[in-house]
Amino acid sequence: MIATITAGVSQGFIWAMLALGVYISFRLLDFADLSCEGSITLGASIAAMLIWKGMNPFLASLFAFLGGCIAGSVTGILATKLKIPPILAGILTMISLYSINIHIMSFATGTAGTANLQLLKYSKKTIFGIIRRLTGLDKTYAALIVGAVAAIAVIFILYWFFGTELGCTIRATGSNEKMCRAQGINTDTTKIIGLAISNGMIALSGSMICQNQNFSDVNMGVGAIVIGLASIIIGETIFMRAKNFALKLFGIVIGSVIYRVVVAVVIYSGMPSTDLKLMTAIIVMVALSLPMIKTYLFSKKRKHSKKMNTPEVQKNG
Amino acid sequence: MADMEVMLSLSGVTKIFNAGTVNEKVAMNNLSLDVNKGDFITVIGGNGAGKSTLMNAVTGVFGIDEGKITLDGIDLTHMSENRRAKYFGRVFQDPMMGTVPNMEIQENLALAFRRGKSHGLKWGITAAEKRLYREQIARLGLGLEDRMSAKVGLLSGGQRQAITLLMSTLVRPKMLLLDEHTAALDPKTAEKVLALTDEIVGEDSLTTLMVTHNMRNAIDYGNRLIMMWDGKIILDISGEEKKKLTVEALLGAFSKASGSEFSNDRTLLS
Repeated sequence: MIATITAGVSQGFIWAMLALGVYISFRLLDFADLSCEGSITLGASIAAMLIWKGMNPFLASLFAFLGGCIAGSVTGILATKLKIPPILAGILTMISLYSINIHIMSFATGTAGTANLQLLKYSKKTIFGIIRRLTGLDKTYAALIVGAVAAIAVIFILYWFFGTELGCTIRATGSNEKMCRAQGINTDTTKIIGLAISNGMIALSGSMICQNQNFSDVNMGVGAIVIGLASIIIGETIFMRAKNFALKLFGIVIGSVIYRVVVAVVIYSGMPSTDLKLMTAIIVMVALSLPMIKTYLFSKKRKHSKKMNTPEVQKNG
Repeated sequence: MADMEVMLSLSGVTKIFNAGTVNEKVAMNNLSLDVNKGDFITVIGGNGAGKSTLMNAVTGVFGIDEGKITLDGIDLTHMSENRRAKYFGRVFQDPMMGTVPNMEIQENLALAFRRGKSHGLKWGITAAEKRLYREQIARLGLGLEDRMSAKVGLLSGGQRQAITLLMSTLVRPKMLLLDEHTAALDPKTAEKVLALTDEIVGEDSLTTLMVTHNMRNAIDYGNRLIMMWDGKIILDISGEEKKKLTVEALLGAFSKASGSEFSNDRTLLS
């Protein structure tokens, strides 16, 4: 049981970058970006192929990040310059990436149509392999340490970036686009940059997942956005009162960890892993509909009680 | 007055929406207007008269079909909205529109402080700026100077509109454009925001266009009044003549100039 939980925690850190990436598009930019399902696999494919070809895994992860940035920019350009609706723009990128990912993995093996890559032969040459060799830790603890360090580094970088002038304009774009244009902000550019960073992070997460499990598969991204959202929602619920941006990001990492621990425990107690996506989807559905359910219950209660005191409601108008 | 320097000039501007369809609407019809430096012009007209189209054409929300727009000698006709932004301070009708709800009061001011400038990787707000913003916000007399790091989304419409007004003039713009900026506020708040507008405009003798639905305000504020109807300017009154205006005279002038009854627009204009 303890081992299951520890493994869940380490997975949580590795998947946290996905959640942070989804947070940038979904929350900061208010852009439901489905390309993330393709870019997580893109990151895994690029890293797997490059490590297969003998590249240093840190450098391979950097290329995975850059690949994700390009994928995000494509979605951004489709949505802004070509005015394709955001959901469709994301789907188009995701579908394109399916073929591209197979091409990338085929490039490693030399066989056309390679849909997955086994990295077991190269497991000593992944980031985790190198850390294990240097520290002598076992697989789970190596993953835990690498994941935690990466997550903390990413929180610092994102905190810094979204505090800069450019980062502020990206945050503002997601909140009030019309006002941004009135302030001379090119909202096409800010959206493209935001999506590039978001998908870069997601691809980086894919590269870490692939190196940790020594395996890359063209279907590994299915449901990634829902997993990301589940982590965000859990994190936001726990850190509800967090005002500081770094604390919010930290909350999402914790959300990702909790999600993975729950998943590990549920599978440990015998639920078939194929039901996982259904369970995740239900968690997200319930969490997203909670405000509506609350309002509904609240108004029912008020109808039944005789008191007519209007509660103090924050008005914007 | 021939010796006046022109700030904004529109010549022969035409804007047609949905051209060639049954919904075709000529929103600006060969419109020409010269705004002198320091002019505070109030703009009135019924629904669909072209007031907002005029504002949006000047700020570049959409391109125009014919004509030319220049500002202080700069040709704006084909310039994109975000490149024009550095010249204009804008306040919209919707109090939610001018500020970013998810960001702090001081962060909003920091965005306005950088209007039209490039946004790099320097920190988004400095300590010196924070002091400046605090002083500026204190001018509003709303007690917001102690809540500089509160999210703007938590404030009332009137408070947000006052902040928007401050933001629009934080860096002196070439022109201030107010598009019915008090229409969505309760009468008391509207009066406050109008008084603040008058103070800010007067202090810097900012060249200003203020669209309003309220005839009384159109007469009381500014040094010049224009009335629009059907995409054209049908009345342009300034100086002593404007000071003597009454609501009745304005209504009469409207029916005479437009050749139509006022009944449809009366509720909106009075």
